[in-house]
Amino acid sequence: MDYAIQTKKISKSFGQIKAVDQVSFEVQPGTIFGFLGPNGSGKTTTIRLLLGLLEPTEGSSNVMGFDPLSEGQKVRENCGALLEHTGLYERLTALENLDFYGRVWHLSSEERKNRIKELLEKVDLYNRRDEIVKGWSRGMKQKLAVSRVMLHRPKVIFLDEPTAGLDPVASSAFRDDLLNLVQHSGVTVFLTTHNLTEAEKLCQQVGVIKNGKLIMVGSPDELKLLKRSAVTEIVGSGFTDGLITSINQLRGIESVVLQDHHLRITFTEGADSSFLVPFLVQQGVLIEEVRKGKASLEDVFLTMMEEEND
Amino acid sequence: MINDILIIARKDLKEVISSRGSYRSGLMYLLIVIGVMGIMMPLSSGRIWLTEPLIPLVWAWFPILLVINVVTDSFAGERERNTLETLLASRLSDRSILFGKITASVIYGWGLGMISNLIAVITVNVADPGPKFQFYDPLVYLALVIFPLLACLLMSSVGVLVSLNAPTARAAYQKLSLVMLAVIIIPTLIGNFAGEKIAQQLTLIFKGVNFIQLGIGVALVILVVDGFLIWLAMQRFKRARLILE
Ligand SMILES: Nc1ncnc2c1ncn2[C@@H]1O[C@H](COP(=O)(O)OP(=O)(O)OP(=O)(O)O)[C@@H](O)[C@H]1O
Ligand SMILES: [Mg+2]
Repeated sequence: MDYAIQTKKISKSFGQIKAVDQVSFEVQPGTIFGFLGPNGSGKTTTIRLLLGLLEPTEGSSNVMGFDPLSEGQKVRENCGALLEHTGLYERLTALENLDFYGRVWHLSSEERKNRIKELLEKVDLYNRRDEIVKGWSRGMKQKLAVSRVMLHRPKVIFLDEPTAGLDPVASSAFRDDLLNLVQHSGVTVFLTTHNLTEAEKLCQQVGVIKNGKLIMVGSPDELKLLKRSAVTEIVGSGFTDGLITSINQLRGIESVVLQDHHLRITFTEGADSSFLVPFLVQQGVLIEEVRKGKASLEDVFLTMMEEEND
Repeated sequence: MINDILIIARKDLKEVISSRGSYRSGLMYLLIVIGVMGIMMPLSSGRIWLTEPLIPLVWAWFPILLVINVVTDSFAGERERNTLETLLASRLSDRSILFGKITASVIYGWGLGMISNLIAVITVNVADPGPKFQFYDPLVYLALVIFPLLACLLMSSVGVLVSLNAPTARAAYQKLSLVMLAVIIIPTLIGNFAGEKIAQQLTLIFKGVNFIQLGIGVALVILVVDGFLIWLAMQRFKRARLILE
């Protein structure tokens, strides 16, 4: 088993709608894989396929060495999942919810007790364990649901928009916990999100899906390099018209704009920009500051979505 | 697997009892049910309650109603409250989920019936003290245990079938009501059209038979139907088809 998760041209149609269209990717064990895409792009459907909750129309997949289609139960035994909904029993208390799933996963009563305490204390909900979940806020429910996912220490975790409804502090704490978990226990995480900053912070690999098609897979850095030309801004003096013309003639330059003492240089995709500063110094420019504009994943994502629309 | 079935049944029962807002009001409701079936009804009929199977059996419709309430909520209710998918994503097998749901509803309806029956014995003996404590006639008691069990099982399997693909518990309840209506109306219609002659013949046949044989026969028929319905539910339980949008 080389990959924790692997799909081969997997597709799922609902009538005319191709919710997932020939999607292939691999997830290395012990890493976090982020699935990015706009609403209705097929993220949730992909998770359902991987958990054997839907049958693919075409193609195949593999989770921890098992085929979700024919060995669904083996797959699910190795996984934990936080799906679109929290899946909490709102008429029951927080403790009863976790206790039920603890039993489902065959934890002994001792283990259940300790693990529930440990997890709930971490999210500050242990004191409220005997409350009915119904009245809880969205964020509290989400935290409880995340605890439920971790309860049985699964090898693979599926998280469908895990920080939806969490406040910034809670999201950040959740991200830290998740990173910690992955580093220490070697679990593999497959998460979907709309939050690109989150994907950038968490994921070693990111897949971008749109209209059911996987349009790109790579590390967040790779994606950024691939898709957005880098921008360098130079603050200083000694910029002449002649200099601007000669910069424009260099290789890999897309545009040069001078505004007051700011020279804004855009490089073409993937171009090497390391020669720029020595070149300017050689030309007698006095440089006060060099700012390298790094495209955020969000910029890249938006550009990609626009390009696909064209 | 039995362990898993019981885990689900336990959770479902907890949910049913707390569905009235709190455990306390849920338990109050159960007490009222037991009070009516275990105290009021036997009080009004007296000692004959212990010897005449038809009287307690007539009251067995009530546990069956309770089964309907629980079972229509099983899959459809979990779907409605968005808990079904998470349950399906767990390690539980198809069968343990299915049988867990059936078990919960049967335990609820039949169990309440059984408790009420036992309380009825005390009620009758206390209200009308005889020379010695009187229990049910063994055959009567056997019928009281077996027929409600089979009937609850029947209701439960029909209910699960209906609930499996219903979007909400309410929709499942309505669908089940239609099925029940058909079950009651069709024989009545046949009876009306069949005319006097067949009715007379039937009466003759019934006069000739021994009630024990008839009971065994009826029980066997229900058992076969139960078996068929459960088999059908197992066939129709496909994880990949349980997620509806
Ligand atoms: N059970 C279903 N029946 C019919 N159509 C479905 C079903 N599930 C998903 N779809 C359709 O498949 C497409 C992909 O849906 P999916 O839920 O996978 O999107 P998503 O990427 O998770 O979106 P979101 O970000 O809004 O959660 C949508 O067009 C949706 O309408
Ligand atoms: Mg989704």
